[in-house]
Amino acid sequence: MGIDRSQHSQPRAPLSRQSPLRSKNSKLLAVDSWYGFLLLCASAVVLLIILAIILEIYLQSRQSMHTFGAKFLTTKEWDPVDEVFGARVFILGTIYTSLWALLLAIPLSLGTALLLADIAPALIRKPVGFLIELFAAIPSVVYGMWGILVLVPWLLQHVETPISESQRWGRFFLFDAAPNGNDFLAASVLLSIMVIPIITGIARDVIRAVPQEMREAAYALGCTKWEVIRKVVVPCAKTGIVGAVMLGLGRALGETMAVTMVIGNSPDFSLPLFSPGYTMPSVIANEFTEAPSPLYRSALMEIALILLVVAILVNGAARLMVSLTSRRFRRVIA
Amino acid sequence: MKTFKTAALIGIAASSVLGQAQALTGAGSTFINPIMQTWIARYRQATGVSINYQSIGSGGGISALINKTVDFAGSDAPMNPAEMQQAGRPVLHIPAVVGTVAVAYNVPGLGQGLNLTGPVLADIYLGNIQYWDAPQIANLNRGMRLPHARIFVAHRSDGSGTTFIFTDYLSKISSEWSSRVGTGKAVHWPVGLGGKGNEGVAGLIKTHPNSIGYVELAYATQNQMTYCKMANAKGRFIAPSAESGSLAAAGVPMPADMRVSITNTSNPNGYPISGFTWLIVYQNPARGAEIKRFLNWVIAEGQSFTAQLQYAPVPENVRAKLKAMINSIR
Repeated sequence: MGIDRSQHSQPRAPLSRQSPLRSKNSKLLAVDSWYGFLLLCASAVVLLIILAIILEIYLQSRQSMHTFGAKFLTTKEWDPVDEVFGARVFILGTIYTSLWALLLAIPLSLGTALLLADIAPALIRKPVGFLIELFAAIPSVVYGMWGILVLVPWLLQHVETPISESQRWGRFFLFDAAPNGNDFLAASVLLSIMVIPIITGIARDVIRAVPQEMREAAYALGCTKWEVIRKVVVPCAKTGIVGAVMLGLGRALGETMAVTMVIGNSPDFSLPLFSPGYTMPSVIANEFTEAPSPLYRSALMEIALILLVVAILVNGAARLMVSLTSRRFRRVIA
Repeated sequence: MKTFKTAALIGIAASSVLGQAQALTGAGSTFINPIMQTWIARYRQATGVSINYQSIGSGGGISALINKTVDFAGSDAPMNPAEMQQAGRPVLHIPAVVGTVAVAYNVPGLGQGLNLTGPVLADIYLGNIQYWDAPQIANLNRGMRLPHARIFVAHRSDGSGTTFIFTDYLSKISSEWSSRVGTGKAVHWPVGLGGKGNEGVAGLIKTHPNSIGYVELAYATQNQMTYCKMANAKGRFIAPSAESGSLAAAGVPMPADMRVSITNTSNPNGYPISGFTWLIVYQNPARGAEIKRFLNWVIAEGQSFTAQLQYAPVPENVRAKLKAMINSIR
C-alpha cells in the first residue's frame, strides 16, 4: 500500500508542476514566433537598403550610360572640363594595384595562417593572432598617413631609386619609369599590408576546420609534418583559402582613403610600378564633392556602379568557395 | 575610446542645443570654413543669432541652396549658367573674402623668393619645362643656383576652389593651357601627381625634393613652406599675402553681379593668383531680414577677422557696392 501510494504520487507530482510549465511554454512559443518575425523584418530592412542603394546608383548613372554607352569602359580620357569621361584607367588601376597587393600578401598571410593553425605553440599563437586581429581594426586613414610619412619616402629612397639607377633592372618593363614614391608600388604595398590580416585570419580558421582525424590518419601513415600540411591540410582547405584570398581582394578593390593618399592620383595607366595611377574608389572620393555638372556626377556614379558590381561578384565567389569547403568537411566526417 | 564617446556625446548635446537657437543655415566651400566659424562665433556674441555652416564643398553648397535646404551657400567659383537656370529665381553673389593661392616649392638649397611668371608656370604644369635649371626659370632668377633636377609637379586631386583659381589664372595667361586643359575645380592634368586637399599637396611637396605645387596661402605660411613671387600683369614680382590678394581685387573692374574672376590683376601691387569666395543667396529668400543682417555684418565687422586667419579682405571700393546689393534683398 505504502509503496503503491508512493508510486502514484510520483507521477502526479510532476504532472501538477507540468501545467504551468506548459502554459509558459506556449507563451514562449508565441514570443519565439514574434521574435522570428522581428528578425525577419530586420534582415528584410538590410536587404531593402542594399537594393535601394543599387537602384539609386543605377538611376543616377543612367545619364552617363546614355551619353557614353559601353565606350565608358574603354575610353581613356577623363576630362572634367570638356566633359569626356571614361573609366578605363580607373578600372585598370584598381585591378592592377589589387592584384599586386594579393601577390605580395598571399605568401605572407598563408605562411602566417599555417603557423598559427598548425605549427606554433599557444605561447606564440595567441599573441600573434591577437596582433593580427588588431591590424585588421586599424582605420585605413591611419594606414594612409603612415604611407605618406613613412612608406613612400622609404620606398623612394631604398627601393625605387636604387632599382631605377641599376644597369641591370632599370630598363626592366616593370621598373622603367622615373621613380615618384607616390605610385602603384606604394599603393600595392600598403594594400597588401591592409589585406594580410584579413586573409590570415580567415585562412587560419579554415585550416583549423580541417578535421584533426585526417591529420592523425596522415601521421599514422608515416607522413612528416611538412607532408601533412602540403598533401592533406592545404588541399582540404584549398577552396576556403581561395575564398579568404578573394575576401582580401574585395577589401583591396574597395579601399579608398589609404590608396588615395599614396597612389599619386594621376588619371593614367601604365605597367611600370613606379608610375602614378588612379583607382575607382579614389576618383569618387576625390571628385564627387565638387562635381558641378549632372553628367560629371553621373559618370562618377557609373564608376561606383562598376565598383559595386565587381565587389559583389568577388564577394559572392568568395562566400561560395568558403561554404563549399566546410560542406566538404561535413561530408568527410560523415 | 572613452574620451571619444564623451566627445561624441558632448557634440550631440551641443548640436541639439544649437539646433534650437539656430536662425540661419549655410553650406559649401571648405576654403571659407575657418573664417566662417570665427564669424559664426563672433556674430553670435554680437547679436545672439546662431548660424550653422557645413563645409561640404562648393558644389554641394550650391545644390543645397537650389534645393532650398540652406539659406546661403559658400562657393569658390560663381554659379555657372546651368546652375543659375536651376535656381529659378535671381541669386546674388556676395564676395566675402579673397583667397590667395601660393605656388610653393621644395628645392634643396633654394630659399624663399624664387621668381616665376605665368607663362613659365603654365609650361611647368604642361610638362614643357621639365628641369629646374631650364633657361626660362634661370633667366628670371639670376644669382640663384638652380639644380639640374627634374621638376616634381604636384596638384590637387580633389575638386577644389583652389584648383579653380589656379587653372583660371593659367587659362588667362597661356593659350596652350586654355585649349589643352582649361579651367575647372578638377581638370585633366597633363603632368604631375595629385594630393587630396591642401594637406595632401603639402605632403607631396615636403616628401619630394625638387617639387612644386599650389596651396592656399594660409597653408603655406603655417607650414613654413617656401613659395614663389609671381609676376603680375604689370610685370612686377609679387609675393602672396593678404594685402597683395586684396589689391588684386581692387585692380579689376567689378560687374554688377560680382561674378568676376580677379586672377591676373592689372593692379601693379596685386598678386595674380587670387579669387573671391562668394556667399550666394536668393534675392528674395525665406528669411530675408536675417540674411541681410548677417551679410551686412560679414562685409563690415566680419572683414576685421581676415588678417589673423590669413585671408585677404574684400577691398573698400567693392564693399560699398556690396552694401547696395545686400540691401536689395527682400
